[in-house]
Amino acid sequence: MQDIPRMLGRLATGLALGIALTAAAMGVAQAEVVLRRGNGAEPATLDTHKSTGVPESYIQMDLFEGLLASDPEAKPIPGAAESWTISDDGTVYTFKLRSDAKWSDGSPVTAEDFVFSWRRLADPATASQYAFFIWPVKNGEAITKGEMPPDALAVEAVDQKTLKVTLRAPTPYFLSAQLHHALFPVSKANVEKFGADYLKPGNLVSNGAYTLAEHVPQSHVKLVKNPAYYGAKDVKVDTVYFYVTEDIDAELKRFRAGDLDATYEMPPQQIPWAKANMADSFRAPAYLGSYYYAFNLTHEPWKSNAKLRKAVSLAVDREILVEKITQAGELPAYGFVPPGIVNYQSATLDYAGMPQKDRDALAKKLFAEAGYGPGKPLDLEIFYNTNDRHKKIAIAVGGMLKQKLGINTTLTNQEWKVYLDARNQKTYKDVIRVGWIGDYNDPNTFLELLRGDIGPQNPAAYDNPRYNELLSKAGRTADLQERGRIMTEAEALMLEDHPIIPLYYYTRPLMVASYVKGWQDNILNYHPTRFITVQK
Amino acid sequence: MLSYAVRRLLGAIPTLLVILTIAFFMIRLAPGGPFDDERTLPAEIEANMKAAYNLDQPLPVQYLRYLGGVLRGDFGPSFKYRDFTVNQLIWGGFPVSLRIGGIAIALAAVVGTTLGALAALRQNSGLDHGVMALAMTGITIPNFVVAPLLTLVLGVHLGLLPVGGYGDGSWRNLLLPVVALALPQIAYIARLTRASMIETLRSNFVRTARAKGLPEGTMLRRHALKGALLPVVSYLGPATAGIITGSVVIEQIFGIPGIGRYFVQGALNRDYTLVMGVVVFYGALIILFNLLVDLLYGALDPRVRYD
Repeated sequence: MQDIPRMLGRLATGLALGIALTAAAMGVAQAEVVLRRGNGAEPATLDTHKSTGVPESYIQMDLFEGLLASDPEAKPIPGAAESWTISDDGTVYTFKLRSDAKWSDGSPVTAEDFVFSWRRLADPATASQYAFFIWPVKNGEAITKGEMPPDALAVEAVDQKTLKVTLRAPTPYFLSAQLHHALFPVSKANVEKFGADYLKPGNLVSNGAYTLAEHVPQSHVKLVKNPAYYGAKDVKVDTVYFYVTEDIDAELKRFRAGDLDATYEMPPQQIPWAKANMADSFRAPAYLGSYYYAFNLTHEPWKSNAKLRKAVSLAVDREILVEKITQAGELPAYGFVPPGIVNYQSATLDYAGMPQKDRDALAKKLFAEAGYGPGKPLDLEIFYNTNDRHKKIAIAVGGMLKQKLGINTTLTNQEWKVYLDARNQKTYKDVIRVGWIGDYNDPNTFLELLRGDIGPQNPAAYDNPRYNELLSKAGRTADLQERGRIMTEAEALMLEDHPIIPLYYYTRPLMVASYVKGWQDNILNYHPTRFITVQK
Repeated sequence: MLSYAVRRLLGAIPTLLVILTIAFFMIRLAPGGPFDDERTLPAEIEANMKAAYNLDQPLPVQYLRYLGGVLRGDFGPSFKYRDFTVNQLIWGGFPVSLRIGGIAIALAAVVGTTLGALAALRQNSGLDHGVMALAMTGITIPNFVVAPLLTLVLGVHLGLLPVGGYGDGSWRNLLLPVVALALPQIAYIARLTRASMIETLRSNFVRTARAKGLPEGTMLRRHALKGALLPVVSYLGPATAGIITGSVVIEQIFGIPGIGRYFVQGALNRDYTLVMGVVVFYGALIILFNLLVDLLYGALDPRVRYD
């Protein structure tokens, strides 16, 4: 009998020990902070010079750091460079690199790494789709065209930590363009050592807050904290997973089941549900994107009939589109460049202040003046890439045009590459749906699309010499306020010509768990993990 | 039998060549190319891209080059997934597809034939009707409905299983995709087995076996089942090839890193080499499994002999 208390005593000791051990183990487990992000499509490549997609850019932003980096609100802050000077004429930039900027293998980040990386970007042998990011630098374009050797690029390592860049003309967005992955550095020693295999986990060295641990195609990319990063002590998340989430419905389910801490996007039809049931996680910040229809200006009736274009544009009720169809807080668009760009005041269509009823009346009047009406109806084809949202919008727009102007609309959809082909070749009949997300925080990333000399990219084949001239003039203007003013003038001029029907400015609906802290909404949707923490 | 197999494998070479040739020229007919994207490339950059992938050469030259590569076992680089070659993508994803598909088809074969045989033996009973009703349901409700339903109920609401992801490939990650893949197969195989079993039970050799006084169980095992399985076996060959090369629906919904979606993604992206790689790979597997089926026939059906 007397053994029982002793046994109980042992049992208690054992239990206490077990609990203590478990607690200790849990303590260790808790010490590792993990962030699991839905990241959309499978990354096409992690090579900063070769990738073009948004999912890749989020991973690269954690792996690498350019001369400038993004703060939590996507504003440029010093990155690999701690300071810089710009010559009076705005063409020579001298960057001073941080003395403590290191690659993940401990070697210093040098000016020579940038020279090597930018030459690699320009080099036709690299076959970079974003090589034009280096074209503002003197000789960059000629190198990509194969007219000059890569070492002719006007980038010079003055000493180990000083980089001197000569531009072909003042380029005010050159600094904010440093946030783009195309201009990120790669380690010269590392690329030369491993060649094409330098991107493999274990080989890759990076200079950002994270290093590459795993890359499983169609599954995930796993990054771990880079201890050599100069800001490592402020980085809270130890491990970040970027999961491939191509099926957006499945992505939302994984979020709801707690398998993801943040999603890449949201199924549009689930937005009302999310607003009602998961309001603390649902976000739809304004996004640097413009959704619009373009007229095919290569042939009649659109080519020389601005009145007709304006009539069609007037008859589209944007308020209904954003309230009833898109439903994610999008702003109705009456201009081309989305609001929120620094040093820029967007222009708007002259009828923006008019109530829809008056717009409809004016539309009817202009439509009749253009020679159309009950006696001569107009047939119009809306062309879009196959997608549920584009279809709903096209149906609604078609209905509005039928009801107000008696226009007979037909809808045509094609899969992505066929759609692109039709857009580039201008083989679509009347009107094409276009969306554009800005590459950097500057009006030029939108306005240049409608330049007459940009080539097939211009969806409307719009060509107004005065518009082209204004944009060129802005490109030569170093004063940022003045430059912005000229670009606003250009935008206003273009809007008066009605080559496009602006419909709405994007938002970026997505889910972020409430325990994810430091995730700040911004128009570029940049969320470097180094500023994020997870507090469960 | 060995010489038969060798003859068949040799005969597969021209078949594969035809598949490869048709696929090569067909994908080129589709409008748009691998480097078309939202941002249209400046002409010089596009020329650089094309040169890097030999797309600037005349089509016949590209074809011969590609053929040469395939003969050396090299399917070339992926145009879209630029960190990987097509070989790396296929061999990286195939083990996963093989694992999930293999388990699913094995499960489907065992459960499907058992249910089908039971239903046939108790023809027109409650059990029979029950199995057939289930089978009809399984066939008519497609994967892309079953899979999200399973994840919603078991993953989101009950929290019993992960909603998606492959993780380290544990059974918890495998269960739902395997079940979603196997269900329609179970249904189809059950119906096939039942119909064939009923027919076999009425055939002369079964009547003879019964007349000889063979116990029912022995008769079923030795004679009836063997004959009844023939149609199932011929179905299983191509079905296995299809399932172990992955399912785009299942892979997208569950986030499984298999090769099924390379078919669709490759075609949509105009990733010529990737499409070609999976088509040739799939073609080779189909041929292989059809051969296996024919060899199995020899084992199951005494009337079939290969020499």
